[in-house]
Amino acid sequence: MKNKLTFIFVIAIIIALWAVLFILSQGVDVSVLNPKGWVALQEKNLIITAVLLMSIVVVPVYILTFLIAWKYRASNASAVYDPDHDHDLRVEIFWWAVPITIILILGTITWKTTHELDPFRHLDSNARPLTVYVVALNWKWLFIYPEQGIATVNFVEFPENRPIDFWITADTPMNSFWIPSLGSQIYAMAGMTTQLHLIADQVGTFNGLSANFSGEGFSGMKFVAQSVSQSDFDQWVHSVQELPTILDADEYVRLAAPSSNVPTMYFGSADMGLYNTVVLKYMTPNVSIPAMDHDAH
Amino acid sequence: MTQDLSENKTVFGFWIYILSDCFLFATLFATYAVLHGSTFGGPGADTLFSLPFVLAETLILLTSSFTAGLAMLAGHQGKRIHVLVWIGITLLLGLTFVGLELREFAAFIAEGNSWTRSGFLSGFFTLVGTHGAHVAAGSLWMIVLMVQITKKGLTDTLMNRLMRWNLFWHFLDVVWIFIFTFVYLLGIAL
Amino acid sequence: MFGKLTLDAFPQNPIVMSALIFMIVIGVAIAGALFYFKRWRWFWDEWLTSLDAKRIGVMYIAVGFVMLLRGAIDAAMMRGQQAISVGDSYGYLTPDHFDQVFTAHGVIMIFFVAMPLMFGLFNLVVPLQIGARDVAFPFLNSVSFWLFAAGAILINISLVYGEFAKIGWLGYPPLSELQYSPGVGVDYYIWLLQIAGLGSLFGAINFFVTIIKMRAPGMTLMRMPMFEWTTLASVVLMIVIFPILTATLAMLSLDRLLGMHFFTSDSGGNAMMYVNLIWAWGHPEVYVLILPAFGAFSEIVPTFARKPLFGYASMVAASIVICFFSFIVWLHHFFTMGAGANVNAFFGIATMVIAIPTGVKVFNWLATMYRGRITFTSPMYWFLGFVATFTLGGMTGVMLAVPGIDFQVHNSLFLVAHFHNMVIGGVVFGYLAALSFWFPKIFGFRLNEKWGIRAFWCWIVGFFVAFMPLYVLGFMGATRRLDHYDASTGWQPLFIVAGIGVAIIALGIVCQAIQLIVSIKERKQNADTTGDAWNDGRTLEWSTSSPAPFYNYAVIPTVHGRDAFWAMKQSGNIGQARLAQEYTDIELPRNTPMGVYIGAFALVFGFSLVWHIWWLALIGALGIVACIIARSFDEHTEYILPAAEVARMEAARGAQTI
Repeated sequence: MKNKLTFIFVIAIIIALWAVLFILSQGVDVSVLNPKGWVALQEKNLIITAVLLMSIVVVPVYILTFLIAWKYRASNASAVYDPDHDHDLRVEIFWWAVPITIILILGTITWKTTHELDPFRHLDSNARPLTVYVVALNWKWLFIYPEQGIATVNFVEFPENRPIDFWITADTPMNSFWIPSLGSQIYAMAGMTTQLHLIADQVGTFNGLSANFSGEGFSGMKFVAQSVSQSDFDQWVHSVQELPTILDADEYVRLAAPSSNVPTMYFGSADMGLYNTVVLKYMTPNVSIPAMDHDAH
Repeated sequence: MTQDLSENKTVFGFWIYILSDCFLFATLFATYAVLHGSTFGGPGADTLFSLPFVLAETLILLTSSFTAGLAMLAGHQGKRIHVLVWIGITLLLGLTFVGLELREFAAFIAEGNSWTRSGFLSGFFTLVGTHGAHVAAGSLWMIVLMVQITKKGLTDTLMNRLMRWNLFWHFLDVVWIFIFTFVYLLGIAL
Repeated sequence: MFGKLTLDAFPQNPIVMSALIFMIVIGVAIAGALFYFKRWRWFWDEWLTSLDAKRIGVMYIAVGFVMLLRGAIDAAMMRGQQAISVGDSYGYLTPDHFDQVFTAHGVIMIFFVAMPLMFGLFNLVVPLQIGARDVAFPFLNSVSFWLFAAGAILINISLVYGEFAKIGWLGYPPLSELQYSPGVGVDYYIWLLQIAGLGSLFGAINFFVTIIKMRAPGMTLMRMPMFEWTTLASVVLMIVIFPILTATLAMLSLDRLLGMHFFTSDSGGNAMMYVNLIWAWGHPEVYVLILPAFGAFSEIVPTFARKPLFGYASMVAASIVICFFSFIVWLHHFFTMGAGANVNAFFGIATMVIAIPTGVKVFNWLATMYRGRITFTSPMYWFLGFVATFTLGGMTGVMLAVPGIDFQVHNSLFLVAHFHNMVIGGVVFGYLAALSFWFPKIFGFRLNEKWGIRAFWCWIVGFFVAFMPLYVLGFMGATRRLDHYDASTGWQPLFIVAGIGVAIIALGIVCQAIQLIVSIKERKQNADTTGDAWNDGRTLEWSTSSPAPFYNYAVIPTVHGRDAFWAMKQSGNIGQARLAQEYTDIELPRNTPMGVYIGAFALVFGFSLVWHIWWLALIGALGIVACIIARSFDEHTEYILPAAEVARMEAARGAQTI
């Protein structure tokens, strides 16, 4: 009797907990499960597939555990007691085989999707990709638009339905570049470039952040990612280009100094060699940001 | 009977320790391999090393391994004085090796190629230096062994220690062969 | 003269000050009590310098629980901060302090809670279970413990003097390099891990030799209790991986001390290499911890189901497969580093493969319960709780192993929820079950069941309340290690729920403290008079009296099959060993303070390297070498317990039990 009550108590707690979590999640954007682009959509589907496949094992395990524990409790004298039962080749083969089969299926899916979702792979789309250089700084994100000749801080805008090719590096400890609504993250590391290909299939404003701890100001290292129509994007680029602000070596050095929760900044023109210089200065001797030399002299 | 079992245990345990030390060296070798090309404008393996010098080091260490074996052999024959003499010779060879290695390091540093110069040199100094530190530790062990054998004779415990020290010394020799091949020979050849 | 040492290094922070005062009060109270009751001498002779594996095991566990309190307080501080630090409020912890707290939490929970509880269990159970009198190298065992203790003391010193690292528990460079972390925090981190890690390596070698060489006659490998198999798998892993940790941390310290360029961003350093190396240690490390928990459950379930373990050969195979595969999956910790799709897919699939033997283990435990006669004692509660949580954690683990999913949840709170799912549901539940299971063998009385079960309910309910919200938060895009977030995210209610969960777990820890006190009070009622504390013991340890005598077995038992003690009981041979008059002299290790001295010198060595006091570091290093040499001159490391004395003691124990 007491066991039965306990069981009900457990079920009640689990249901109550999930009810609370469900209610508390109302009105909150569960970004990963609410994809706004092809990559994130694939990843959401992958989550669902994986959960369903594993449920084939997990659900029976839950049910069997409690059924067996309940049925063979010591107080139940009517249940069979077989004190020498310690192996059964057929069932053992069966339960080696079941997980092996599931992992074979999931492994095949994994092989396929890992290639499809490789962050370095160009997305299939008829639209011409937009290239954006990303530099992780202490503790803010610098975006450079090589084709448009502009730069922004903690804000990135792009047209909907057009692939974005992010080229990512860091002038800091390691960070991870992540826009949950659009999918996939990738590390930003000093002295090298990683790539991330994303696409937004609708207009919207999304949160972007660093997913890898990088020091004191890490929590304030956020940016806004905005997807707009192509014409709005062109207009926005034009309006930024009009601005008198310039991102040159001197400005870069000022920007690179540690600070967090930095408000959005726009640069009407930017030094297009900057990105390469930032990458190369860690890789080879004799390359440095010119302004740093000025400071040194 | 129990004595036998426990001695057997210690040697077995020492093998396991050597195994774990292999993983330490494996890690350093792997790191060295990764950093091999990261000279950052500094000298690479091809310009830095002098083969005759390293060959001399190698021969000295190989000889010391041989004399260490002779010490063990003398131990089995119960010839205490011989054991002491062979350990003494091994010790001298070991210290010579360490001395030569320090000379090589000092020469590199004098040329401005210390461990701070590049990732490659950090890897080199650490790998070779860790081996050198092991040789130095083995030398200290020899001194202690000599004192103990002089005082107590070739007791079972000391014979057991002699055997473990021998294992250690041969192990260092093997590691050095790898260093000699992969760091120096291939470094100069490639 | 004193390196970087200054008086200013004492943090002027009220939280830290109260921690300091608390530590001083506790320390003075313990020391005072020892002097007042004139037990100091006893404490030194019988405990600190003891080479008896059971005593060393108890000391490991005691330190582990003290550190659990600190780790739990760290957890509560983080949850507290994240529950209130939203929008315009920045909580009560500065980022600087918060970053130290989460780093310390991780380091403490793995190295100073899980590891000592594991080594404690090894010490308590392994020699008894294989019918041996002690471990292979009792002195090395003491050295291992004191090196571990030196590490534990060093991390507590870092709390009140200087600072701790602010780099996350694995200390990724370049953040952990001098350029970004100029303070002493990272140096504390490096040296305390080096010292404690060396202790773990020695411990692993010791138990490997013990299990291979010291089994009772007749106990072939395939007759070993399952806990021995998983312990063997665990120590094999440690023997391989701890040298990697030592080398990796050594390289990091060379970067910091001598200006080398292993992991720096520039001059040819390669930070990605550190990440690879540290996970080549770190991933197997989790299996080091979980395998003994599997082993413990494999002893507990058969005992309380009164049936032999189902599929013994399968279980052995599963342990070996897990052991092997744990070496080739480390890259799954950084799919997002940008390795190619082939590499990522390979490591992803290798990771999933581990789910197969783990699943088989769960099935075999269920089959063990099937057609059994199950008594629901607290260890069984922990087992059921383990299945309920661990299965879920396994599922989220396989999800994370799919690179496509990992790209979306890596480093998010989903990940945090997953590994706590494994570590709390698996390791903690496993060790707590094991401790209440084997407690009577060491102390001679069972723990109070009522409070044990209360503790269980608090732990499991607290676990779900604390970590289910984190899974959801991960899906919302919340990353780990945030000391502050925007109100617009809508995350706060879930963080508050998680905070409540931690409070419930804390209640569980309180229940356990009460359990211990109540049990000591009721030790007469709960005394284990037969040695077979649960009446259904199956393995050798239950055949000797409780508490087990310091020589473990008066006569070394002979084994004829698996579940040796169960077979003895079935054939009516029980007590044969104790009735035998053929006692022989027993050779036992003599207690020695050398282990304590070595630990003390290691502490001095580590501390002075943190603060760059070179001459003191030299003294520490020379001290260690001197202790080892001095020990090698000592020929009286053992003593003989005469057969007559054994007979007298056994008779006395018999009189006590009947």
